[in-house]
Amino acid sequence: MSNTNSGNVGIVIVSHSHKIAEGAADMVRQMVGDAVPLAWTGGDIDGGLGTNVAGILEAIETAWSPAGVAILVDLGGAETNSEMAVEMLREDRRARVVVCNAPVVEGAVIAATESSGGSPLAAVKRSAEEFYA
Amino acid sequence: MHDANASRAAEKYVPLTGAAVLVNAVGLHARPSVKLTQCAKRFAAKIELALAADGPWTDAKSPVKVMRVKAPHGATLYFRVTGPDGEAALAAMLELVNDGFGEV
Repeated sequence: MSNTNSGNVGIVIVSHSHKIAEGAADMVRQMVGDAVPLAWTGGDIDGGLGTNVAGILEAIETAWSPAGVAILVDLGGAETNSEMAVEMLREDRRARVVVCNAPVVEGAVIAATESSGGSPLAAVKRSAEEFYA
Repeated sequence: MHDANASRAAEKYVPLTGAAVLVNAVGLHARPSVKLTQCAKRFAAKIELALAADGPWTDAKSPVKVMRVKAPHGATLYFRVTGPDGEAALAAMLELVNDGFGEV
């Protein structure tokens, strides 16, 4: 949950499972390094499997970068709750946050790799989404 | 091609080529692919790689495409580099592969 280079696009990982979100973040940190703001959230507010909007908003705040934030999600509610969280952001921030259509673990690593090279948000999203291309 | 500058740069420069053998135990798996693309992105030049001297060529700045090459241990990795900082880029790519991505 560190924010070491605020110039690069931030990465947020949203999974139904706390362990998956944390593990995916571990992979990003070990494979890509510390040059990318990174945050993760997983589980509902009672600690069970699920996602919650407040947790996603907090993660976006933690990974915030002027270059924007790319969100990687797993299934269903992770996506809809992430979209809801984006809608709740201040208007000037809303346009700089995107939800990627990519597998959560692989997408997070690829998005972070792209971000670590200083790529803009659109390129980070496009690169993560190459998995489904 | 997500780097229009690299494409433009490529038009004015003669491609430089080089090759190195993948000495790290597992070849071009996930972690080396990330390191390779991170290294390539430091340069303005268009950087491509292939498993044969005549291609097919893969954009070395795309982590997804580099992983799809699935180059195994012992394979020779060919590079084709075109751009203003091509010499430095080629040297850096070859050094990274020769050093086994810091894993050997």
